[in-house]
Parts: sequence; C-alpha cells; structure tokens
Amino acid sequence: MSYRNDPYDPKQVALLDPAALAEAVATAEKAFAAAADPDALTALRPAHLGDRAPVSLARREIGALPPAAKSDAGKRVNEARRAIESAYAARAEVLEREQAARMLVEERVDVTLPYDRRPRGARHPLSTLMEQISDLFVGMGYEVAEGPEVELEWTNFDALNIPADHPARGLMDTFHIAPESSAVAGDGSGLVLRTHTSPVQARTMLTHKPPIYVVVPGRVYRTDELDATHAPVFHQVEGLVVDKDITMAHLRGTLDHFARAMFGEGAKTRFRPHYFPFTEPSAEFDVWFPEHRDGPRWVEWGGCGMVNPRVLRACGIDPEVYSGFAFGMGIDRTVMFRHGVSDMRDMAEGDVRFTRAFGVGA
Amino acid sequence: MRVSVSWLREYVDLPADLPTGDLEQALVDLGIEVESVVDLAGTVTGQLVVGEVLEIEELTGFKKPIRFCRVNVGAANGTGEPQEIVCGARNFAQGDKVVVILPGGVLPGGFAIGARKTYGRNSHGMICSAKELGLGDDHSGIIVLPPDTTAKPGDDARPVVGLDDVVVEVEITPDRGYALSVRGLARELAHALGVPFRDPGLAPAPGGTAEPAYPVEVHDTAGCDRFAARMVRGIDPTAATPGWMARRLTVAGIRSISLPVDITNYLMLELGQPMHAFDADRITGPLVVRRAEAGEKLTTLDGVARTLAAEDMVICDDTGPVSLAAVMGGETSEVIGGTTDVLFEAAHWDPVMVGRTARRHKLFSEAAKRWERGVDPALPLVAIERAVRLLTEHAGGTAGDEILDLDHVRPMPPVTLPTDLPSRRVGVEYPPERVVALLEQVGCTVVRGPDRLAEDPGEVGVAAGGGDVLTVTPPTWRPDLTDPADLVEEVVRLDGYDRVPSVLPTAPPGRGLTWQQRRRRAVARSLAERGLVEVVAHPFTSPELADQLGLPADDPRRPAVRLANPLSEEEPLLRTTLLGPLLGILRRNLGRGHRDLAIYEIGTVFHPRPGVGRPPAMGVDRRPTDAEFAAADAVVPHQPRHVAVVLAGDVEPAGWWGRGRAACWADAVQAGRDVLAAADIPADRIEVRAVEHAPWHPGRCAALLVDGTVVGYAGELHPAVVTTLELPRRASAMELNLDALPPAPLAPAPTVSTFPPALIDVALVLDESVPAAEVRRTLVEGAGELLEDVRLFDVYAAEQLGAGRRSLAYKLTFRAPDRTLTVEEALAARDAAVALAAQRFGATLRGA
Repeated sequence: MSYRNDPYDPKQVALLDPAALAEAVATAEKAFAAAADPDALTALRPAHLGDRAPVSLARREIGALPPAAKSDAGKRVNEARRAIESAYAARAEVLEREQAARMLVEERVDVTLPYDRRPRGARHPLSTLMEQISDLFVGMGYEVAEGPEVELEWTNFDALNIPADHPARGLMDTFHIAPESSAVAGDGSGLVLRTHTSPVQARTMLTHKPPIYVVVPGRVYRTDELDATHAPVFHQVEGLVVDKDITMAHLRGTLDHFARAMFGEGAKTRFRPHYFPFTEPSAEFDVWFPEHRDGPRWVEWGGCGMVNPRVLRACGIDPEVYSGFAFGMGIDRTVMFRHGVSDMRDMAEGDVRFTRAFGVGA
Repeated sequence: MRVSVSWLREYVDLPADLPTGDLEQALVDLGIEVESVVDLAGTVTGQLVVGEVLEIEELTGFKKPIRFCRVNVGAANGTGEPQEIVCGARNFAQGDKVVVILPGGVLPGGFAIGARKTYGRNSHGMICSAKELGLGDDHSGIIVLPPDTTAKPGDDARPVVGLDDVVVEVEITPDRGYALSVRGLARELAHALGVPFRDPGLAPAPGGTAEPAYPVEVHDTAGCDRFAARMVRGIDPTAATPGWMARRLTVAGIRSISLPVDITNYLMLELGQPMHAFDADRITGPLVVRRAEAGEKLTTLDGVARTLAAEDMVICDDTGPVSLAAVMGGETSEVIGGTTDVLFEAAHWDPVMVGRTARRHKLFSEAAKRWERGVDPALPLVAIERAVRLLTEHAGGTAGDEILDLDHVRPMPPVTLPTDLPSRRVGVEYPPERVVALLEQVGCTVVRGPDRLAEDPGEVGVAAGGGDVLTVTPPTWRPDLTDPADLVEEVVRLDGYDRVPSVLPTAPPGRGLTWQQRRRRAVARSLAERGLVEVVAHPFTSPELADQLGLPADDPRRPAVRLANPLSEEEPLLRTTLLGPLLGILRRNLGRGHRDLAIYEIGTVFHPRPGVGRPPAMGVDRRPTDAEFAAADAVVPHQPRHVAVVLAGDVEPAGWWGRGRAACWADAVQAGRDVLAAADIPADRIEVRAVEHAPWHPGRCAALLVDGTVVGYAGELHPAVVTTLELPRRASAMELNLDALPPAPLAPAPTVSTFPPALIDVALVLDESVPAAEVRRTLVEGAGELLEDVRLFDVYAAEQLGAGRRSLAYKLTFRAPDRTLTVEEALAARDAAVALAAQRFGATLRGA
C-alpha cells in the first residue's frame, strides 16, 4: 500500500524505458545466438528470462507508475518478454535439431559387421523333401501312412506277392534279423529290415477300408556297401490308391501332377514296362527334368503299377470290386539329381557343411 | 545277357539298316532294360589284323614270364617282315593264328597302341585278348583263332572275331525267363518292330521212342517233370568248336570248353534250354533222377566238393550223384578230352527247387538263373535235335535212333479274362479284337467265352451277351502268365505304355497330417531354427557301444536287435539309443576340422521283444484275421521315435562382440525343454529332475518328465564316456522319446489383464542342494493367483551366505485381472511365497 503513495521517481522506473527494454531484447537475442548447444542455451535462461532478468525487474517497476501509465508500460514489458521468449524458443529448436543431427552422425556404426552369434542350423534335405512330397499329396486329399523299419517278412514280401522262393526276393538284398537265440535257428526270425516302403501298403490295407489314398515316406534298407551311388540305408516315398474304377491312366495323371509340382510345369513322365511282383501291369517311370544341371533330360525316377489283385486279396480287399495303383521312388536319388549331389555318401555322413547348404527348408 | 544282333537276325527280320538307337528303344518299350548297345565296328580303330606266330622267345628275369614273339602279319605292316611283339600271355604256341593290333590303332577305352620299349625289347603292337577287344571278360589269355580259320596273316581280323557285329546287353526282369534267350529276344523284337519271326523253339523234332536212349528213372516227377536224352556215338574227340559258335559264346561271356559242352551252352543261349552233355563212357548203370539224401557229396564242375541237402535234386548213376540237377554237372561224368560217346540231356525242373538249390549252394549258374525264371517245358526234344545235328555236323559220329522222353508236364491252365478288363484297368479303350490279337501275338491261344463252354460255339454268343470273357491259354514259354492281370499287362505292353492317358483321380477329403506327424516336424524345425544341424545316421552299432556308454548290466538299452547278415561284423546291432550313431557323426565332423558342433537326429530306435519267438505263418490266399496279424505284429520289435542332440565346442562363437560361449549341460537340458515346448507340452506338466543315468555325468544329468513320466535325459556326458569315445571335453547330449509324449491339450487362453503389474524382487538364501525347479514351484504355489510371472535372474554363492548355501534371486510379477494391485496386496503375496519357501527349505530373505 505504501508504494502507491510513493512519489514518482523517474530513476526507479528506468527499466521501463522503451530503449532499455529494446536493449534487453537485443542483448538476449545476441546471447542466445551465441549459445552453442541446448545446455548452454538453458544456462542463459535465468539471465534473460529469470526473476532477476531485466524484463522481470521492469515488470516490478510498473507498480511505481501512475495508473494512467501502467497499461502502456505493461504492454511494452510483455512485448519485450515475448520477443525474448520467442528468440529463446527459436534458438532452442535450432540447437536441438543441430544436436540431434550431430548425434546421428556420431552414432554411425559399420553395419556390415557380422553378428552371427547364433550359428545357423539346418534341416537335412532328405527330411525336407519327404515333407514337401507329403504336403503335396496331403493337399490332394491323401494321408501320410507310416510303418516299422524292422518289419515282418510277411508284410515286406509275402503279402506283396513275393513268395519265399521267388527270384525277386533274392534281388532285394535283404538284411535279415537274427533269431533271438540260436535254438530257434534254421527258419530265421521272420523279420527283416524293410527293403522298401511297400509293407506299409499292406499294413494300410489291412487296417483301412477303401477308398485308400496314402503316401508313405520312410527309410529302407538293402545290403549295399556305402559308396558314391549306393547306401545300405536310404529313403523312399510311396503312394497307394485303392478305390473303385482306378485305372493306369489315374496313375499316370497322378505322377504327371507330381512331376510338375516337383520339377516345374515343363516336367512330364514316361513309362517303361517293368516287373514288380506287387503290381501288374508294372512300369518304371522317367521324369523329364528341364532344370537338370547337365541340361534338360529324362531321369529314371521310380517304379509303379496297378496293385496286383493277389496283393489286394492277401490284404482283405476284394479285387473284383476295387482296383488300385502304387508308385514309389528313391528320395536320396531325387535329392541327388535335383540338387546335383554327386556322391551318395554326402547324405549319410552328416557333415554339417553339406546339410547347412540346404537351410531350414521352406 | 549279351547277344550279337547277327544271331538275332537269324530268327527275326530286323531292317538291314536298323539304327542302334531304334533297337534300344524297341527293347526298352517292351520292358527289357538295355545296359548297352555297342556297334563293335567302331570300337577298335587302326589296323587289327590276323597274325601267325612264327617264333616265341621266352624272356626270363622278370616278375612273370614274358614272351618276345615274331608274328607274320603279311603285308599289313608295310614291310612284310615279321612284327616283333612282346606278350605277357602264354596260352598260344608257334603256328597259332592270333589277333594283332598294329601301332597307331586304338582299343576300346581309348587305349592307344604304339611301338614302345618294354621288358628290354621293342614291341611293335599288341596281341589281343577278348577283353582287350571288348568282346568279353576273358583276360586269361590272348585270342587264339581256331585252326580252321581261313583268314590269312595280314587280313582284317574284325570279321574273324565278330567285330563287325552289334552287341546288345540286356537285363531281364525275373518274370520273363524266356527273354534270356535269342529266341525270346527275337520274338520281342518282332512284336516291337512288326517284322516276321521264325521261332526256333517250334522247329520240328522227332518224338520219343519206345526204346530209351539210355536207361533213366525219374523218382520225383514234381521236381523233374520232363527228362529227354539222346546219344551220339563215335564223335571225333579232337573236333574243334566252329569259330562262329565260339565267338557268340565269347560275346555272351561264356568260355569255349569243348565242342559238346559248347553246343549245350550255345543252345541254352539260343533257345533258353539249359542242357547237359554226359560222357556216356563215364557213367555206369542207369541214371536215376531223385532228391539228394541229406549229407550226400558231389564235386561239381567248378571243382567244389558240395554237401547236398535233402531238397536238392541229383542225377545219379551206379556210383552215386553225377550231377547237381539243373544247376551244375559233376566232375566224374563230364565230357573230357577223349570223349567219343556223348549223351545229351535236356530236362525240365521245378523252378522253386532250382532257386533254393542255387541259393543254398551259392551257385548262380547261367542254367540256374534260367530255371528259376522259368524255362519252356516244350523245348527238350527241339534242343536235343539241334544238339545232335550240330555235334554230328562238326564232329561226325552217329546219332542214336532211340530218343528218351519222360514227359509229365501238365498243360498250362487257361486264364479267364473279362474282355473289357484291360480297358477297365488301363483306361484305354481296347476293342475285343485288339485284345485277342495282342494276346495271340505273344503266343496265347484265345477262345471267346468261358472255359467250359469254349468247345461249344453255340454257347459263346450267350456268354458274350452277358459279360464277355476270353479263355486264354498262355504259350508254354510264358509260365508267368497265370492271372488276368498278367494278360492285362501284355495288352498294354504291346499296345504301348505311351498310349496310356493322363487323368488325375479325385481323392476323398483327407484329414491332413496326424498330430504326431505335425509335432515331429515342429520339433525338427524348432531345433534347426535354434542353430542345430539335422543328420541322418545309419542305425548300425557295435556290441561294445553299451560298455563304452557305461550302461548298467540291466539297462533296457543293452538288449538289441541283431542282424543275421550285417554289412560289417563290427556293427551287427540296431541302435537302442540315437546317441551311438550320432556321436559317431560328431566325431567324423571333428575329424574334418569342425570344432563347434550342434547336431540332432530324429529317428527310430529298436528294442527287441524278448521271448516272443517267430511270427506265426500266414498265407496270402486270404486276409489274415485280426488275431493272426496281431499275433504276428506282436513279434515286431518296439521301434519308438526318438530325438537326440549332441553339442561340442562353442554354441555361441567368439567375435568382435566378445568371447564365445561353450556348450554345456545347460544347453543340452534347454534343448530338451525346447523340444517339449515345440511339442506344445504345457510348462506346468513338465518337470526337470536331477538323476544319475548313463552315459551322462552323474552330477550333471537331468531327467525330463511329462506328467511325472520320464521321457528323456539331458546333460553333460560322463567324462569316462568322453574319454572312451574320444569326444571333446564337456560334450553334452540330450535324448528324448517323442512317442512317449502325450498329445498336446487344447491350450486354454489366458486372461490378459490391462491393469499395471507390480514387480518385486526377492533373493532367497537356502541350501544349495535344493533344486531351483523346486524353489520356483514353491514360490508359484505360495504366491497364489496374483503371481503372473516368476523369473530367476541371479544365482549367487559366497562364504558370507554360509557353507553350502546359495542365493537365488527372482523377479516376481504380480497382477490382478480386475484392478490395480495395491502395494500391500503385492507384498502380502510376496510374503506368502517367501513364507512357503522358508517353511519347506529354510529359505531366508537375503539382506533381511
């Protein structure tokens, strides 16, 4: 209250002088412009916008003015303060932008550095190919059937129309399972390592009623020493269809579709008459492989035929009502010619360099 | 079978200019696999001439005897002087005519012949063996031309040795024995090319006479349903095999032995009828054809003394067995150098008997191969007639008038074929007359109508009206044609497989992969994505492996399925654990310089079923009953699918970021947890428990349990195992039985609370023997439903905690589904958790 009655003192209100205010603004602008970074700018704020800053002190002096002058003076102070605030903000924005840009430069790294802290794993190409083939047939409505690798002679041979004394059985180069004890010797164990995936045909027919549409991937065994083109353990995929009115044309259509899916639209099949005890008529088939590494060509791919009625009968399916086809091919061989693998041993030895080349399999 | 085209041309009118490619295609289209077609004219280039050996000088002082020869090659060498040639063979004499390749010539395989110094002499060319000329496998000596060779020294030797011919090598499928002959191949080519065929098997031959050519008794007409014989007396024992016959035998890979024997081999190749030539003076008394007595002895022509089985068949004279019937003759009765009286025998044997005898004695002779695949029973008299004519023509002598023919052959049973069956099975419309024509082409007799009505033409029309059938009697040379399906194959084979159209059948909707199949894929893929490399190992293992792995005496992995005929006697067993073969692959990789290895396999292990014996015998004329098949299947070893992982070296490599991280027990255990996670087994049904289990380190082995059942083991391998198997230190492994895992449940969806969590850390000090898994389970149980997550973030052991004690620090996340938790609620839940741990394990809060 006392101020109000104070006599007007021009010195006390010197800061309200327009020139003084202009000077404060100019000084602030100059100081802000000189600030090199946001921290330096922040440090300048108290001096120009703080409680002891000229514009703040000038505002205090307004009280000393006569009422008539107060409004005018207040306007002047506010304008000056706004000018400093905006200079500060403008400078702050520039400095922050500069600092951000500088930081991006300073944080630059060599993005080509390797960072393989987790080595890559891989699926075996035999596994992925069997899955790929299974998927193709599953997409056509087939189911994936499986069976044991140590198999009954009955399912591996007899049920497939390969009687004990047929030369075809001799051609199979079979691993026989030793009888449990020598006391039982003579007749053998009645068990073998399956020589083909075909016993699963018999098992499927024994347990399922037609229509049967199955694909059978799996491991098979023959007494071949491991070399560049043979292995005692290899893999097959087999297809079996038993339904009414199935013809050899259906077999061919299925294999043509399969060939195109595996080897491109340009692929096709060719049948050559052959003999398999479990099919009649029988054929071997070749596939035209346009992308063969040695140029487009026919490649021997597998065996096929119409399921022998004797097989249907042994498995409890009436051959007067149903007919069927079956086909099978070597997976190892397929991987070999599809990918240009020249040595069978590469697939069996488990060298990680070989398998890594195939990735996890899309 | 290797055969020259000139021989085939005697019976089939092949086009004169038939390209070898067309010949090959014709055979392939009929199902005859062609190994090679070789135009011999192009296989030897340069001068291949007839030479006459003038002088032989034996060179000594070398590792083997060497001959330096002077050979008259006429004017072929340009000088007319004898050609000087060094030769390592010894089967020739002065005056013999031989085959000489002169310098500048090239033998098959690109083997160029020049003049060169060898064994201290200059050799100008080479005297050739059959093998060197690509005419066969005989490399036991050089070719000595027969004395009756008319070619003169210096003449081109190609026509003399048959190098102007084309040789076809074919592989015959086991059903078509008839194609193992010139007769059969010529017939097939006639079908393929539509050209005339003259069947040498149907050549006229005189029938059997009342008087036998030689007294013969057949005691077992099931094993021998036909036996024919005829005698030729007084032949010239020195008569040589004619050159053309010897050449054809050579091409077929059969050595020339003597004229009578060569004739039997020649006719076997030509007609497909294996024969035998006895020296009539070396058999005494009547011949008896019978089963052998077990233990009976016979020395066969290959010089092997054989002990016979009761199932073998033998031909005996008064002295005992003189021939292992159908497979190989015996030494004591064979034709020898001085033989003048020859008894030709041509019989027909039971193919099953021959096959078993051949396998039993490991005697896969050319004869046995044909018998096993089926020989035309109508051939014996034709073959005998040809043999007798050939022998008397080339060696003189007199054919006996008596012809023995003991014929018990039963006629081929006819096959009833629905006329439309070929069309229905193949998907090509074959008109009935086409079916009949094709079947007649292969030699079948076809009658329209069913068998019993066949002789009454009046009935045929009736049958045709209500389901047309054909009665088809296969020819005697096609014992493989027994079923309608066999006839269907003949129709489509001759009509052409390339005529079969391509039609995609429509399968009924399938159900996709089974959960087990999907799971196996998920596991395989998850391990690969975690950096492991899949391998496919062979399952053969050694009996020593169980000891090497330190398995206890009663370990279920000790009894193993054993192979009767392993490839390697060292590895006769099938794996009971994936680890043996997998560690072998690990070692192979280490040997190839890989140090950091993480590999896995998904595969079958094999557990025998003790005491189950043999599967019961089951026929094939009907489906086995469910009980019969179940009984058989119960004998099949248990073959669960396992997954196994082995780790060595660093799982994370060193790099610019810092040091690498060595694989350890924990990686192996985590691999097991990863597998269970990939299999969608809920975490709260999984338990990891410390156990002692070979081949793992007893202090670093975890059992993996699901619902309280052990499904696998993981950890660091036992140091002794590491040493024995020469593995890197600290090698770790995991093996889990995928088939032991239960199906994954439908995963219940969690309640996702949007309220903020309360995070509280607790460090518990407790005895270090308390497994972390127990502590965790206790905290979860004690904290109650508000606990959302618990994570162990530090394990700390120090002296100030007390001997044998350690600190486990957990981050607990609490959250309520319906509200923001107060600090008091969260602390109360924490306290409850800690209190339960304190009560169970004496745990105290660290720093409290």
